[in-house]
Amino acid sequence: MAQLSYRQAVAAALAQEMARDERVVLLGEDVASGGVFKTTAGLRERFGGDRVWNTPISEQAIAGAAMGAAMAGLRPVAEIMFADFYATCWDQVANEIAKVRYMTGGQLSMPLVLRGANGSGGLGFGSQHGQSIENWAMTVPGLKIVSPSGPAEAFGLLAGAIRDDDPVLVFEHKALYGRKEEIPDGGPVLPLGRAAVVREGTDVTLAGLSITVGICQAAADQLAQRGVMAEVLDLRTLVPLDAAAVLASVRRTGRLIVVEENPGQLGWGAAVAAIAAEEAFDDLAAPVTRVSGGNVPLPVAAALEAEVDVTADRVVAACQQVLAPRQPSGKR
Amino acid sequence: MDVPDDLDLFARMCFLRHFEERADALYRQGLIHGPVHLGLGQEAVAVGAASVLRPGDYSLGTYRGHAHALARGAPPDAVLAELLGRAGGICGGKGGSMHITSVEHGYYGSYAIVGAHLPIAAGLAWAAKIKRTGQVTACFFGDGTTNIGAFHEAVNLAAVWRLPAVFVCENNWYMEYTPIGDVIPVPLPAADRAAAYGLDRIVVDGNDVAAVRQVVGAAVQMARDGHGPSLIEAQTYRLKGHSAADAAGYRPAEEVAQWRDRDPLLRARAGLTQAGTDPAKLDEIDTKTRSDVAELAREVLARPAPDPAAAWTDVWSDGSWQWRS
Repeated sequence: MAQLSYRQAVAAALAQEMARDERVVLLGEDVASGGVFKTTAGLRERFGGDRVWNTPISEQAIAGAAMGAAMAGLRPVAEIMFADFYATCWDQVANEIAKVRYMTGGQLSMPLVLRGANGSGGLGFGSQHGQSIENWAMTVPGLKIVSPSGPAEAFGLLAGAIRDDDPVLVFEHKALYGRKEEIPDGGPVLPLGRAAVVREGTDVTLAGLSITVGICQAAADQLAQRGVMAEVLDLRTLVPLDAAAVLASVRRTGRLIVVEENPGQLGWGAAVAAIAAEEAFDDLAAPVTRVSGGNVPLPVAAALEAEVDVTADRVVAACQQVLAPRQPSGKR
Repeated sequence: MDVPDDLDLFARMCFLRHFEERADALYRQGLIHGPVHLGLGQEAVAVGAASVLRPGDYSLGTYRGHAHALARGAPPDAVLAELLGRAGGICGGKGGSMHITSVEHGYYGSYAIVGAHLPIAAGLAWAAKIKRTGQVTACFFGDGTTNIGAFHEAVNLAAVWRLPAVFVCENNWYMEYTPIGDVIPVPLPAADRAAAYGLDRIVVDGNDVAAVRQVVGAAVQMARDGHGPSLIEAQTYRLKGHSAADAAGYRPAEEVAQWRDRDPLLRARAGLTQAGTDPAKLDEIDTKTRSDVAELAREVLARPAPDPAAAWTDVWSDGSWQWRS
């Protein structure tokens, strides 16, 4: 057991997988010096220059080089420093990495990981360094999407992503990097596609991802004081999505609130909500509800950011709505 | 590596010429589903460069990639089946003309987003450098590519990391319908950019297969010996439009006529006859490769469509497509 911060958990997972498999190589801006978020600290010193490569500020070259190396049998892990920067290499990610196995009829494999800092979390990073962009990737068949909610998940899911034979985008949350937790040495390595019930409840399901899992837990604490037992689900990965876990939870509670940090306009929460509406309709006692970030580019001033960020209070308010007695709609 | 003689190179170019002419005809008959970009007139680059690569070396091309795949040894029936959407297509019907790939023959794909494959080529070369395999990566692209960011990012990275890569710009003087000279501030699209990456300015007559062999061969050797990448500008001309749907009316007739005189096959034929080869022998090769391609087309056209179920495979490594439980 060791007490690790989220950022140390990322570095520990990279170190473990690099020691386990010599095909794992790292590349990215400043990664050899430990990275701007210190998620690759000590790896160049431990594994040498052949395994940890500093790149120019060239996201297309970073993502493309990772792709080529994966085609040649390595298992590269490329850092995209801020998730917002995916916009500069989206061709490589969405058109090349995601599709090359399919387009070539299975001739090529793409065992690579793209990882970096995602999300707002109220840190004032603004519109170009603070977005949560998992939903960008979710529109593209061929990409797996991982978004860890805490240090143990950061460790286990990154190790699981590196061992996966498909391209995986790992979205680390920059506001969680300092969070600490006891993690057993070496694991557990978490498989992709499994959600976790992090708090059991009977009255409403709160489905979160990454930072919103903690927000859901804070909301559940508040709700418990009012006698409402909320179940909190950490989706952990969006692709593969553990829809079965969502549906099973909804069948237990009869209510679903999906909590996402990104803007609600076609956020990932819409996909989760649609699945519940289509496949658990008869189990639902209230409409599926989404709590999302504001549909604006992210402002910076703390007062403005707080206005559009997802908070526990907003989740609680949404719960109160879905738990309120239903008014007859007048349609029969 | 087998060393092809000039007659072999002529025969390989002849085959590509007839293959592409047949593809053009099949497109016009409505038998090809989707766009087709022909390499007619650019055969000497594909054949010359492939002839200096070893098995195990990597090469990559653009949507104008049939010739580069075939030149590395991709089975022509599987390539044609891919174009025609018939069973046994080299990409199983999921890539089509623009994504012809034959990993088994070292041809790691045709990429249809301009510039996209240069970073990928750098990655293949990077892996070879890390693993110290001695493999070289050859990456072919058009003149238009030299204006997109991925070109600059990739060539810069390859130069900084001294990667065993050879970047070959096939300058056919047109980015789609626009003369390349209209959209670059220097005379030559690739050669005049090389200095920015500390690379030599290399220009080769891309319609002279022997010259291509020599220049690309030297660059491949340099890469293999650990001396880093090269950027080569091979000057050539496409005999048809940007795609098979383009009649290329934007090109002056006298320019087209000039380049027709410099057709790589005519050049190879002149060289061979000058060196004493009987012209009848060359005619025989021409006729034979033409009938081989005709026979190939007959065989592939007789095939059924691929099983529609194949649309649902090869998304993930386990063969499945499902994104959720």
